[in-house]
Amino acid sequence: MSADRAETAARLRELLETEGDSVQANTAVFNRGRYDSVAELDDYEELKDRAREIKEDAIERLPELIDELTESVEENGGHVYLASDAADANRYIEEVFAERGAETLVKSKSMTSEEIEVNEHLERAGIEVTETDLAEFVLQIAEEDPSHIVAPAIHKSRDEIARLIEEVFEPDDPPETAEELTMFAREYLLEKVTGADVGMTGANFLVAESGTMMLVTSEGNARKSAVAPDTHVALAGVEKIVPRFEDLAPFVELIGRSGTGQDLTSYVSLLTPPVESPPIDFESPDVPGFGGSDAEREFHLVLLDNGRMAMREDTHLCETLYCIRCAACSNTCANFQHVGGHAFGGETYSGGIATGWEAGVHGLDSAAEFNDLCTGCSRCVPACPVKIDIPWINEVVRDRINHGRGEGFDFLVDGLVPDAEEGGPDLQKRLFGNYGTLARLGSASAPVSNWIGSLPPARIAMERLFGIDRRRPLPTFRRETLVDWFEGRGGPRVDAVDADREAVLYADAYTNYVAVDRGKAAVRTLEALGVHVRVPEVPESGRAPLSQGMLATADEAASAVYGALAEHVDSGGDIVVIEPSDLAMFRADYEHFLPERSFERLDENSYEVLEYVFGLLENGANEEALRTGDDRVAYHSHCQQRSLNLEGYTEAVLSRLGYDVLTSEVECCGMAGSFGYKSQYYDLALDIGYDLVEQFEQPGERDRIVLTSGTSCTDQLDDLMTREPIHPVELIAPE
Amino acid sequence: MATTHTQGAFERSLAALDVGLSRTDPPGFEATLSELVSEPAVGARLPFEGLGLPETVTLDPSPRELEEAVTGVTAASFAVAEYGSLVLPATEDGSEQVSVFCDHHVAVLAESDIVRDIPTAFSRLSEEVGEARASAIVATGPSATADMGELVRGAHGPKTVDVLLVEGL
Ligand code: SF4
Repeated sequence: MSADRAETAARLRELLETEGDSVQANTAVFNRGRYDSVAELDDYEELKDRAREIKEDAIERLPELIDELTESVEENGGHVYLASDAADANRYIEEVFAERGAETLVKSKSMTSEEIEVNEHLERAGIEVTETDLAEFVLQIAEEDPSHIVAPAIHKSRDEIARLIEEVFEPDDPPETAEELTMFAREYLLEKVTGADVGMTGANFLVAESGTMMLVTSEGNARKSAVAPDTHVALAGVEKIVPRFEDLAPFVELIGRSGTGQDLTSYVSLLTPPVESPPIDFESPDVPGFGGSDAEREFHLVLLDNGRMAMREDTHLCETLYCIRCAACSNTCANFQHVGGHAFGGETYSGGIATGWEAGVHGLDSAAEFNDLCTGCSRCVPACPVKIDIPWINEVVRDRINHGRGEGFDFLVDGLVPDAEEGGPDLQKRLFGNYGTLARLGSASAPVSNWIGSLPPARIAMERLFGIDRRRPLPTFRRETLVDWFEGRGGPRVDAVDADREAVLYADAYTNYVAVDRGKAAVRTLEALGVHVRVPEVPESGRAPLSQGMLATADEAASAVYGALAEHVDSGGDIVVIEPSDLAMFRADYEHFLPERSFERLDENSYEVLEYVFGLLENGANEEALRTGDDRVAYHSHCQQRSLNLEGYTEAVLSRLGYDVLTSEVECCGMAGSFGYKSQYYDLALDIGYDLVEQFEQPGERDRIVLTSGTSCTDQLDDLMTREPIHPVELIAPE
Repeated sequence: MATTHTQGAFERSLAALDVGLSRTDPPGFEATLSELVSEPAVGARLPFEGLGLPETVTLDPSPRELEEAVTGVTAASFAVAEYGSLVLPATEDGSEQVSVFCDHHVAVLAESDIVRDIPTAFSRLSEEVGEARASAIVATGPSATADMGELVRGAHGPKTVDVLLVEGL
């Protein structure tokens, strides 16, 4: 294994052990809350659409909104400073302190302030900074960075916090329970609030037309920080601006739900500073009227650019600016759940969208550190309240990282990997990105290829060169491909003239060269239901190169696939796809590669195989033609299949045919294609996989037949369980 | 005027939040309020005609009185039935501080000031906060945190909240 990979593997292993359990337990609570809470919203999808529309429009008109907001805040009596970068923002904030002769600051939680490292800066200038958010307070005394954008100390257990407080404060009666710890912090922090010269907050939203800011919190520390001292500094990225006050409404209902799963967070502050509330002069404790302070309230809004205006001009990074920092993409991500934001994060931001933020505000190097932890599984996409295609941003940044750091070994693999990438991606990525070619070669030379692939020296070499973990069994290539088998049996068995429908079964690389049986089962199933089926040779979908950030290669693949299928689609035929990640290409990712019309045609006419079977049965096809039974089955859908909302079709078909179905509840199998083969991620993939296995191995469930829809899930479960998984279509196909 | 349907929704939401709900009418107001208030108590002036705070509630408190008070009494501009949220305006006599610094917050609400949902609330807020360029807090239940390992109430703000609904107002 290369030194880099070994180091990554070791770091991940350590975080799996030290922080993983806490993160997993806490994100599980957030996710349960989110699922329950969004289920109660009748108009969840409309709210998301509305939220996205508002952000699209706001980012489009950002320069004019900055001007409008500036005018409004100044009319209200506040000051606005547009800071070009972190240093500029810090310099201005320090000036505010100097002018006021201020020495102490109480802060409420703000990721933007982490981004500019304002604490360090002010402390160097001799100012005492206190974080008042309880999680931030814990991190401040622990001298650690946040590991989550909403719950920054999510990686710490209560015991750890108790130990930490005891060590730092040495109280006579050390607090232990959550209640005692909270009250200890409350009292300590109240003293800081009452002694503070300046209060600092972030802002979740800023309204251009009125100068109002919206702050979403649950503890009340932001309220105290904003109103107790006479000076309030708010720091926010320019992307937080929305045009009108009413625009806040959809976000109020979305933000808490998406993040921690609460319907509404305890406090939604709508402040139009300088606020009417009188400042409290704690230095005159006995003077009525809050100390009778005659100080004028002072308000400074620091609007931070720090790369954002450039992101706005960047076709692919631009959507990052729609992000409302709810962290749904972190919570929903299996990798994040297991290693947390200290692995899955850059200088400041963590989780799925962090790649976009880090690439935009800190540059590619910060993004490169963790970008590969996004497997492109897409589970975050339906969770995002502003409908950002987060995996796409990750792939784009991966592509840029690839091309920003060329390696010198290309000649070694050039013959093997006929991709469209000019220099760039490392060997490991190029190898996995060209999986289709490998599979074709492997099949052509099977069984010799399989034999070589099983030899220890070969595995050692593969591990050293490409980082393919030697512990992960390799797929076994089949000599007779699905396409060959189909031709060999004489093509379609149902005549076009007798058939109601005509379908092309898409022979993806895995089905064609490795899991040929599931392809055969699909053909038999469709024919039993009266479909005229063809299995032509069609190019690879481009999923493999896309997932390695090899966009040029994926783009070429998309055009080739469309070229091969267009005629069939134009003549009213259907495309039936077995591999969900390939279906997701046709239905989602191709939007980025094909002209709109072509994308729509393919999107509208392609189906997941069990979705198609469901449709046929609904339209009168005879279910008796399939294999019915009362077997008990344990079913794991597939990330992309679930994101496309297709899981239900398989469940419905199985139930209809009489099977007793237990569906998996975990977000992911931990594999996502190449991920579990890579030596640096192998342990993490396994850790995630065992969550799934655990559910299926519970007492009373061990007799179930294991069904999986996707290639990677099949590989993963096959390696981790004694029962061999099959595709649902193999269960229902007639002999 | 809030419909019975809206009132019912409001009651259910408050119950789910563990927020107390008491009812009174203008003549019974002071007496009912006194029962809810634990002393020492501070308050901000009520905007309802004919309703004043009892003597035991200190208006315009000193910083020490504010810190030492157990109960804070303020008016809510209106409430959102489906979430049990209270809209608390920020006023010149410090209702924002009174509502956040004390362990127990009592919010006085006129029966007619309950709106159904967030969209309705925001069209009203748009006028009262946006156009007026004022400030308000939408408070849903007591202050809360889960940062110390499990849910705890009263992280920084009130641990308990009571709504006093004044009928016929
Ligand atoms: S990308 Fe979407 S889900 Fe992730 S933090 Fe931003 S808004 Fe939330």
